[in-house]
Amino acid sequence: MTSRLDRYSTYAALGLFSALAIYPLISILFLAFHKKTDNVTGFSLPTTISLHTFTAAWTEGGFAKGMWGSFLVAGSVTAVAAALSLLTGYALGTMRFRGSGLWFNLLVLGLIFPYEATVIPLYYDFQDVHLSGTYWTLILPQIGQSVSLGTFWMRAVFLTTPRSLVEAARIDGAGSLRILRSVLFPQVRPALLTLCVLVFMYTWNEFLLALVMLQGSNNTTAPLGPSYFAGVTRSGDPTKVAAAAVMVALPVVAVYLVLQRHFIRGVLAGALKG
Amino acid sequence: MTEASREAAPASTRGRPAAGRPRRVTGRAPGEPHRIAYLFLLPGLVAYVVFTLFPVAQTVRLSFYDWDGITSKTWHGLGNYRELFDSTEIRAAFGHSVELILFYAVFSLAIGLFLTALMMHSHVRGLRFFRTVLFMPQTIATVVVAQAFTWIYDPSGPLDAFLRSVGARSFAKVWLGDFTWALPAVGLIGTWISFGLVLILLLAGAQRIPQELYEAARVDGAGFVREFFAVTLPGIRNELLVAATLTTITALRNFDIVYNTTSGGPAGKTEVPSWLMFHDAFEIHRVGLAAAIATVLTAVISLVALGISRFYTEARQ
Repeated sequence: MTSRLDRYSTYAALGLFSALAIYPLISILFLAFHKKTDNVTGFSLPTTISLHTFTAAWTEGGFAKGMWGSFLVAGSVTAVAAALSLLTGYALGTMRFRGSGLWFNLLVLGLIFPYEATVIPLYYDFQDVHLSGTYWTLILPQIGQSVSLGTFWMRAVFLTTPRSLVEAARIDGAGSLRILRSVLFPQVRPALLTLCVLVFMYTWNEFLLALVMLQGSNNTTAPLGPSYFAGVTRSGDPTKVAAAAVMVALPVVAVYLVLQRHFIRGVLAGALKG
Repeated sequence: MTEASREAAPASTRGRPAAGRPRRVTGRAPGEPHRIAYLFLLPGLVAYVVFTLFPVAQTVRLSFYDWDGITSKTWHGLGNYRELFDSTEIRAAFGHSVELILFYAVFSLAIGLFLTALMMHSHVRGLRFFRTVLFMPQTIATVVVAQAFTWIYDPSGPLDAFLRSVGARSFAKVWLGDFTWALPAVGLIGTWISFGLVLILLLAGAQRIPQELYEAARVDGAGFVREFFAVTLPGIRNELLVAATLTTITALRNFDIVYNTTSGGPAGKTEVPSWLMFHDAFEIHRVGLAAAIATVLTAVISLVALGISRFYTEARQ
């Protein structure tokens, strides 16, 4: 039996570290509710709930455009990468064909390449095909990158689907596409949702690629916003930087709070790839 | 006994199954399609090869050239690599990365292990709540994290205000502009990002340890410390390796945090390879040198990932 003292110290330690995990987020949220003229110092609670700083940040520096840009990029990357991964996962998880192991290893190799490894040539390649500064320069590379994670994830999911189900459908004369659509898809749908949540989060939060690809262009994404405000208003208005930062974090945090089990399961399974 | 519990894990957590070996095609049922598999594979494969694999190869190729990004490239052989190893600035940047691993990986693993040990020793309620909160830093964009900590470390921010209020005025400083403290301050951001993930990873492993082992240990009179070393630690060896890999790789990349907090300053004290790669390629237009830095960085990351995954597979056998 464990003693009551043990239990209390566990709660105390967990509570302390939970507070540490949440404090920086609370602190930036409170900062965002202030105005520049409040001259905030330290940890001060906002006296009024004023959205003034948020509206100011929203209308300045193309921030609103950045939010829409991010929705466009993250939405398209998620939809296309999920569709492609559904197909690769289906092939590698349910079909036996020559070289399947080799193709799988080649695809998951992509899990270890950071954008640092690809961003330099990608920038100049897109320049060569006259796509510099467009959202294509973010969408296409992130699809290419997400397919690695997606293939790894969906193959594992398809491997758990019962073979007998596929064989029975085949005897009934169903083709490969039909089997995927009406027999297997309903089974893998929850896992596919987890994948979508992950890819959306990674794409929404991506910074380096957007910074490089959209330099000198009119297009922008949400994560570039706080960075921009910090640059032009350095030591000027920390409240505006905070408001922009809160708005960048908000969509993902909202989805996280609703679908948190998907997040945690997805990140853990992705992490345990070995 | 832990091996048995590993087998009960879902397929997705079991490393890389037989796929590594070329599969014999003889087991196919008559009429089972196979050529069509390539058709399903093709679109994803093309996207991956064109936008990830091929650019990686291009980066390696660029690293052998001298190029300003505008005029034509000139062959430079191993010149960029020679410069990389000779330059004190670049060597220092890789050194900073090693120091950051201490914060990103070692500190967060220590915190994660400590909390795992506590939680396996005494049952707590509200685990779901703690998990939700502790995992939160993983979901926040690194830009946002960087801005939150820029404020915390600001001379008028909460940290210095706290130090002044407890009478430690002399400790208050411009953390991110301090020659000694800037790198540790950046590193602690990494600890903050990582420790929740580490804890949740370790707990996932620890919860698969059969409860009888703990009961047996307690019957033998094992205390908190003995129980940890005899039961918990051996049971989460694999998760520990995974957590170490992940956090080490995060420490090696780390562009977003550095760019948005210190931009490598003060006086280069927080420069890291990925920041130098960006700076050389897109700010001072030394594309070849930047590609060489990117290549070495990618090689180091790959070695960490592959090295630990081999160890991981061996540990499972």
